[in-house]
Amino acid sequence: MARIDLDHIAHAYRPNPTKPSDFALKEVHHTWDDGGAYALLGPSGCGKTTLLNVISGLLVPSKGRILFGGTDVTRMPTEARNIAQVFQFPVIYDTMTVYDNLAFPLRNRHVPEARVDAAVRETAEMIGLTDKLTQRARGLTADQKQKISLGRGLVRQDVNAILFDEPLTVIDPHMKWQLRSQLKLLHKRFGFTMIYVTHDQTEALTFADKVVVMYDGEVVQIGTPGELFERPRHTFVGYFIGSPGMNVLPAEVAGREARVGGHAVPLPRAYRRPAGKVELGVRPEFVRLVDGREGVPIVVTGIEDVGRYRIVRAQLGDLELNAVVKEGVAIPSAPRAVFEPAGVNIYADSHIVEPEA
Amino acid sequence: MDKTWNNKAWFMVLPVLVLVAFSAVIPLMTVVNYSVQDTFGNNEFFWAGTEWFKETLTSDRFHQALWRNLMFSAIILAIEIPLGIAIALTMPKKGIGVPVCLVLMALPLLIPWNVVGTIWQVFGRVDIGLLGRSVTALGIDYNYTQDPIDAWVTVILMDVWHWTSLVVLLCYAGLVSIPDAYYQAARIDGASKWSVFRHIQLPKMQRVLLIAVLLRFMDSFMIYTEPFVVTGGGPGNSTTFLSIDLVKMAVGQFDLGPAAAMSIIYFLIILLLSWVFYTVMTQAGEERR
Repeated sequence: MARIDLDHIAHAYRPNPTKPSDFALKEVHHTWDDGGAYALLGPSGCGKTTLLNVISGLLVPSKGRILFGGTDVTRMPTEARNIAQVFQFPVIYDTMTVYDNLAFPLRNRHVPEARVDAAVRETAEMIGLTDKLTQRARGLTADQKQKISLGRGLVRQDVNAILFDEPLTVIDPHMKWQLRSQLKLLHKRFGFTMIYVTHDQTEALTFADKVVVMYDGEVVQIGTPGELFERPRHTFVGYFIGSPGMNVLPAEVAGREARVGGHAVPLPRAYRRPAGKVELGVRPEFVRLVDGREGVPIVVTGIEDVGRYRIVRAQLGDLELNAVVKEGVAIPSAPRAVFEPAGVNIYADSHIVEPEA
Repeated sequence: MDKTWNNKAWFMVLPVLVLVAFSAVIPLMTVVNYSVQDTFGNNEFFWAGTEWFKETLTSDRFHQALWRNLMFSAIILAIEIPLGIAIALTMPKKGIGVPVCLVLMALPLLIPWNVVGTIWQVFGRVDIGLLGRSVTALGIDYNYTQDPIDAWVTVILMDVWHWTSLVVLLCYAGLVSIPDAYYQAARIDGASKWSVFRHIQLPKMQRVLLIAVLLRFMDSFMIYTEPFVVTGGGPGNSTTFLSIDLVKMAVGQFDLGPAAAMSIIYFLIILLLSWVFYTVMTQAGEERR
C-alpha cells in the first residue's frame, strides 16, 4: 500500500512535443491517498489509459515524476513497481488450473510453497472461487476469468496499488453489479489503493471515493461524486456526468444577473464580467417548471417518462433545455422555467468562474 | 415449425460431386483397377487378386523406402518445428522490420520445387558449388554424390531451407494474435521469459502448430521433386523415398500392378498417420480444458 504522487506528469507519444496539442496527457499534479478508491472517467481517447500506463510503468512519461510512498519510480519497470493490474479482457493462463493461476505471481517471486498455499486459499475465498480451484481456467465463464485476473493481484497482499482498465467490459450486465459491489467490499475490508479506468459514469460513481474526470488529455476535475454533480468545474463534467447532462446555455453575465436567450436570470452571487465565451450551466434537476410570471418562457417539445421521474425536453428561444420533473408533480400547460440559484454555475471558456467574494 | 423436404437440393451439390469424381475418385479407381491385375503389354490384362499387395507388403525394397521416408519426416519435423518457433519468436512485432521479415521468409516458399532442387544440386557440388567448395576447403570430406550421409545432410538442409519459413509464418500469425495485455500481465506477475513462452505463447500457438505439423508431415512424406533433382535417389538407394521408388517402378520399370498396389498402400499410410497426428494433437488440447 502506498500513497501515489503524480509530480507534474505529462506525456506525448511523439518526440520533442512543443504545442499543448502534442500531449496525449497534459500536465497532472496530484496526490492520491493511500487506500483510496479512484476512478479515471472520460470518453475514449481522453488520455485515461495513458495515465494508467504511466502509473503501472508500461510508459515512461515525457515530463514529471511519479512517486510511490515517497520513492521515485518514474523509470522503474512494471515488475519492480509491485502493482497489480486487471485488464479489459480477462488475462488467464489457459493451460493452468485456477489454483496455479493464482499461485503464479507468488511462485515467480520464489515465495515458499506453504505461504503460497495459504495466500491462494485466502484469495480464492475473497473472490469466491474456492470450489473451482482444481479446475482448468480455460473452461470458466468471462466473469470468473476476470475474477482470476483480479485474484492474481490480490494474492500478493503487499501490492502498492491495484489498477483496473475497464475491467467489466466483457461482463454480463447482471454480473457487473455483483462484481462491482464485491470490489467495493474488498476495498473496504483490505484497504488497497485502487485506480479504476472507465468511460461508464455509473461504474465510476458507484466504485470510487474520488472521481478523476478527464477530457482531451486533461484532468478537468477531481472530486467526490457529490462535488461532480453539484459543482462541475468544467462544462464537460457537467454534460458527461448526469443523465441527461447539464444544460449549458450561452449567456451574458453582469453582477447578479445573467441574460440567457434574451431573458434575465438571477444569480445567487455577483460575478465580475468574465472574459471569453461565457456560459451558464444548470443541471436538469435544478430546473423547476412553474405556472405564472416567474422564470423564463419555454416551449415543451417532448416528455420522456423514465419511471421515477420525467425528462422534459424544451426550447428556450432557439436554445435546448432539459428539465427533470419528479413523479407526481404536474407539468403546467404553458410552463416557465426557473433555475434554482443553488444549482447555477457560470463558465468562461468551459472552465468554472468563481463568484466575487 | 415444419421442415420442408426438398430433394432438389441434391442438384446443388452435383457440380462438386462431378468435379471430385473426375479429379480424384475416377483416377483412384483406375489405380485400384491396375492393382488387382497383371499385364504383359498389348493392353492385355490378367486377374491377379491381392498378389501385388502381398508382394509389396513383404518386399524389402518397400520396407526400406518406407523406413527412409519415416526417418526423413521425423528429422525434418524435429528440426523445422522448433527452429520455426524460435525464428517466429525473434521476428519484430511492429515497424518496417515486419514486412521485410515476412518477404524474406516467404521467398523460399515462392521458388518452384524443381528449381529448389537445382539450386541445391549446384550449391552442394564439390567442384563448383559454394557449399561444397567451402566445406571441402575446411577439410571436411563431403560429397553428396558418393556418401549416403552427405546426401542425407544435403537433402535435409534443403528441406529445412525450403520449408522452415512455412512454420515460421504460421507461428508468427499465432504470436501476433496474442493481445498485449497478456504480456503486460505476465510482466506484472513477474514471469520469466521461459514462463511467458511456456504458459502464454505456446498454448496460443497450439492450433497453428497442429496445422504446421500436419502440413509438413504430409509434404515431407510425399516428397519427390527436390531429392530427385539433387541425388536422383542415390547414392545407391540411400535417398530413395517412397515416391521416388514408386515412380521408378511405375514409369521406369512399367510395373503397373505392383506400382498401383504400392500407391494405395502409400495413400493409406499417409491417411492413417495424418489421422493419428490430428487426434493426438487435438486431444492434447482437449485435455487442457
